[in-house]
Amino acid sequence: MYHKRGLWAIKAKNGGAFPKHEKKAAAAAPAEKPPKFYPADDVKKPLVNKRKARPTKLRASITPGTVLIILAGRFKGKRVVFLKQLTSGLLLVTGPFKINGVPLRRVNQSYVIATSTKVDISGVNVEKFDDKYFGKKVEKKKKKGEGEFFEAEKEEKNVLPQDKKDDQKSVDAALIKSIEAVPDLKSYLGARFSLKAGMKPHELVF
Amino acid sequence: MPFKRYVEIGRIALVNYGKDYGKLVVIVDVIDQNRALVDAPDMVRGQMNFKRLTLTDIKIDIKRVPNKKTLIAAMEAADVKSKWENSSWGRKLIVQKKRASLNDFDRFKVMLAKIKKAGVVRQELAKLKKETA
Repeated sequence: MYHKRGLWAIKAKNGGAFPKHEKKAAAAAPAEKPPKFYPADDVKKPLVNKRKARPTKLRASITPGTVLIILAGRFKGKRVVFLKQLTSGLLLVTGPFKINGVPLRRVNQSYVIATSTKVDISGVNVEKFDDKYFGKKVEKKKKKGEGEFFEAEKEEKNVLPQDKKDDQKSVDAALIKSIEAVPDLKSYLGARFSLKAGMKPHELVF
Repeated sequence: MPFKRYVEIGRIALVNYGKDYGKLVVIVDVIDQNRALVDAPDMVRGQMNFKRLTLTDIKIDIKRVPNKKTLIAAMEAADVKSKWENSSWGRKLIVQKKRASLNDFDRFKVMLAKIKKAGVVRQELAKLKKETA
């Protein structure tokens, strides 16, 4: 074993002795005082968990600019343009709104079919959108006066704030230009997908 | 009803089962009652059961078990590829393959084209109807 591992050659290279590392000086642990209080029963320590939360792995077929088909929810069947993946793992997607009524929206990867059609998305800036943008707005609690209570409820309609509408417009402006460059793409995005007679999903190429 | 397509050396057949599904092969020799030695320009010569083959109308002129070079030359001389692609059977297969490979966007464009064509046909028909009415 000594000869097989070539230990003789290592020794010869090092001048007759096997190369040694110096031991690192062990850092002196700070002197701990013995605790004043020991719990009566042993307290269990939770196990160490070093896992990090990462966004869901994105399917290789989904790249920025891919046309996706939404499969569930009020926009089921709509063909929609993929913008980017947010840190929560959800996909940021837009209709564009003018074409098919789908606003800037988050959608789960599992409820989506990726087609192989791509739209040129280079003119679009999606830096400012993240999960907080889409979170529910927390309102300050109003004081409950009985008469006021009912009136206040009625007034609270969901009006979309103007800055969200402007965001939608700015994102869609560049997108619509690149969509109109491709013939028929605009009407394609405006139409819904549905299975017709004779279509076998497992044989369809998307 | 006599048979029109015979198993003979040089008969082109379509493989209808197995790893080489959809390929055109040449029957190069007959091994026994059930099997043939079969060859194609892009495959290794091997045996195949007749049940896996569907005979075509095309036949090339070769001797029993030619070598690959002679086989390819004979296929070029008989122009098997263009004969196949111009035959109605061959054209049908090409169309089937194209349809199967259509993208979702392509299917949409096909639908638009069909509607347009139907519209033009209907207009012409209406014109003709008006003339005879």
